[in-house]
Amino acid sequence: MDLNFTDQERAFQSEVQTFLADNLPDDIAAKVRLGDGLTKDMMDLWHSILNAKGWLATTWTKAFGGPGWTPVQKHIFEEECCRAYAPRILPFGLNMLGPVLQKFGTAEQQESILPRILSGEDWWCQGYSEPGAGSDLASLKTRAIREGDEYIINGQKTWTTLGQHSNKIFCLVRTSSEGKPQEGISFVLVDLDTPGIDMRPIRLIEGGHEVNEVFFTDVRVPISNLVGEENKGWTIAKFLLSHERTGIAGVGFSMQALEEVKSLAHTIRRGAKRLIDDPLFAARLAKVEIDLEAMKITNLRMLFQAQKQGAPGPETSMLKIKGTVINQELRDLARRALGPLAAPFPGHVSDGNILFGPADTAFNAARYFNNRKTSIFGGSNEIQRNILTKTMLEL
Amino acid sequence: MDFNLTEDRRMVLDTLSRYLQDQYPVEHRIKVAYDAPFHDPSEWSELANLGLFSALADESVGGFGGTGFDIAVIFEALGKALNCEPVLPLVMASRLLGFAGRDQHALLEGVENYAVAISEPDAPYELSHINCTATSEHRLSGRKSAVYGGQIAKTFLVAAKAGNILNLYQVDAHQAEVISYGLIDGGGAAEVLLDDTPAELLIENAVHALSDAVNAGIVALCSEAVGLMTVSYDMTVDYLRQRKQFGRPIGSFQALQHRAVDMLTEIEQARSITIKAAAELDGAQASRYASMAKNLIGRASRLVAEEAIQLHGGIAMTWEYPVSHFAKRLVMLDHQLGDTDYHLSKIIDGLASDLSNHNAA
Ligand SMILES: Cc1cc2nc3c(=O)[nH]c(=O)nc-3n(C[C@H](O)[C@H](O)[C@H](O)COP(=O)(O)OP(=O)(O)OC[C@H]3O[C@@H](n4cnc5c(N)ncnc54)[C@H](O)[C@@H]3O)c2cc1C
Repeated sequence: MDLNFTDQERAFQSEVQTFLADNLPDDIAAKVRLGDGLTKDMMDLWHSILNAKGWLATTWTKAFGGPGWTPVQKHIFEEECCRAYAPRILPFGLNMLGPVLQKFGTAEQQESILPRILSGEDWWCQGYSEPGAGSDLASLKTRAIREGDEYIINGQKTWTTLGQHSNKIFCLVRTSSEGKPQEGISFVLVDLDTPGIDMRPIRLIEGGHEVNEVFFTDVRVPISNLVGEENKGWTIAKFLLSHERTGIAGVGFSMQALEEVKSLAHTIRRGAKRLIDDPLFAARLAKVEIDLEAMKITNLRMLFQAQKQGAPGPETSMLKIKGTVINQELRDLARRALGPLAAPFPGHVSDGNILFGPADTAFNAARYFNNRKTSIFGGSNEIQRNILTKTMLEL
Repeated sequence: MDFNLTEDRRMVLDTLSRYLQDQYPVEHRIKVAYDAPFHDPSEWSELANLGLFSALADESVGGFGGTGFDIAVIFEALGKALNCEPVLPLVMASRLLGFAGRDQHALLEGVENYAVAISEPDAPYELSHINCTATSEHRLSGRKSAVYGGQIAKTFLVAAKAGNILNLYQVDAHQAEVISYGLIDGGGAAEVLLDDTPAELLIENAVHALSDAVNAGIVALCSEAVGLMTVSYDMTVDYLRQRKQFGRPIGSFQALQHRAVDMLTEIEQARSITIKAAAELDGAQASRYASMAKNLIGRASRLVAEEAIQLHGGIAMTWEYPVSHFAKRLVMLDHQLGDTDYHLSKIIDGLASDLSNHNAA
């Protein structure tokens, strides 16, 4: 047993650190630290910086322009990006559709679509969930009926993250109602400019706009936009889910949050003492730090296992559950630390307003509320427990 | 023993609940709570006309209620409606003005708004940490933080130290720099910046009066939380019945049933400790039971808020679905008048002195 990175891995780590120090724009890192939403331009800029280096599509094979990293390298890269407050890479085109097309797409789809994901010309969003199909995704109702060389799509998708910035959406649609529900689903690519599509914003609990609902009325899509075989979309959905699972523990983001809470606890005062000198607060913080330290190793152990087996196993559900709980706990502490100063509506406290202490505290309550989503999406924590029950308990 | 409401309180409760349901429903509250002035001025007057504010004040100061149970009953109803009117500062101001022997008809009629300025950036919860200073000519300097209802106050009741003595002063809003803002959970507050600001001395050595006002405020907040939790729970269980996934109501999953039962149990406990704090409000142990209540309420509120969201799934993450607003209020309530940890530390202090008494005996 050896918990250290190899020499090669360490060399890679310092290469990443140097790259980030030299190339991550300060204003972008500052905004990430603040927890304020990035503008589309900022996200585009960061993607293009990574793309120029060949480090954008970390989950792609070398043949398609990926860096060809091992899972451990990917892990190092993600962790260093978090440490430096680099923006999260948008997963929909890069980590979801990209791998799907590489495995299931036609050569023509690969050639026409993948380069446009890298260049940022196309922004993809994910059209899976529907009002009636959340955890039970296979019950989805959005229909695609074949007419000549076109599908005609009718129905509604919802929760479409960053749809407002996207020009494309990949959808699971129903192409057959025979057999089991999973057997009549297809994976289809849709241009959001197609007539008959109506996208409406959904405002979230803390007031932000990051998700949307998308209505489809007689939307005509060429048959060539089908990925894989008709009625075999569920296989693709499951494949994609396993890709969603890498980095699911969010260890880097929790390390970020831990540092933030520590720094708050050292600066905020309760009378003459620092908050960190309050044993009750310190106990809360220490407990999460312990959990996170263990989670780092749990994460690496499962990564190591995945590297050996070639694919992540069902245990990754534990990473999802524990990882989100740790992160949510840290967001709770950041809010709690501020006391009454956490109360202002984020938009009402202008960024850097010295009245409200360090600028990076203004969004703490908002982030706490927004982060409740992490135990709901990507397979809710209850669904993850069901998976573990089925695969691990042998009851 | 009798846990029933008296006839008088039942009437106040019925009138208020009906009024809120008809005139000030949750949808209206969500509309007014997030834009300046972060409440509805005409509804404020209506609530005064209903006699609500007088029901929160003692006979000796011109009201017809003002006990812990009066406060509890009214705030539970306000909580159920997610009301954002600044009634909390009114309750606290009424008690302080009572101590000071000041006329408070204008306050109880809802025509003159007061806010109570205790918290400071480095003294969020503890009176002995207060740093705002007063000169012998009653000029105040310092910053008061997150002063609830401060966005509409004409007068601030300000806790400040003259030497080592904590006094209560009255400051005209025009004389101070007041920065108003909305709150993440709706409603409004203000930062009050004092810089050699003229004031009038109301109560000399005000620790007892301030503690009483805080205790009354805690009974109000805890009762509000009980109302908020009750509605959040009802909406959650209702949703468990309605929402179908995998061809059956999600309420048929035992994993979710048990969590709803845990919510219910916590709410019963929260209600009980609130009743206890209300009963003790005018007694010698008021602070101790207020601290117990605020600690338990802080824990229960967070659990109920987070579970209400989680058991709903994505829908409760939206602005449009009211559970999100109940959850925000439940969580942010912990940031007012002492949080879970602060009040736990008070109970711990009590345990420590119990033990030293024990050893001495
Ligand atoms: C902020 C946000 C962003 C999102 N982004 C996207 C996106 O970009 N694209 C997209 O397609 N989707 C997206 N989603 C949707 C997300 O995947 C769903 O919210 C999730 O699948 C849960 O579905 P639901 O919200 O309908 O809840 P439901 O499935 O209705 O679940 C309600 C509750 O029941 C529980 N439950 C359900 N079934 C069971 C069971 N069998 N046993 C025990 N408990 C159960 C759930 O855990 C939950 O607690 C997003 C959601 C959010 C909140």
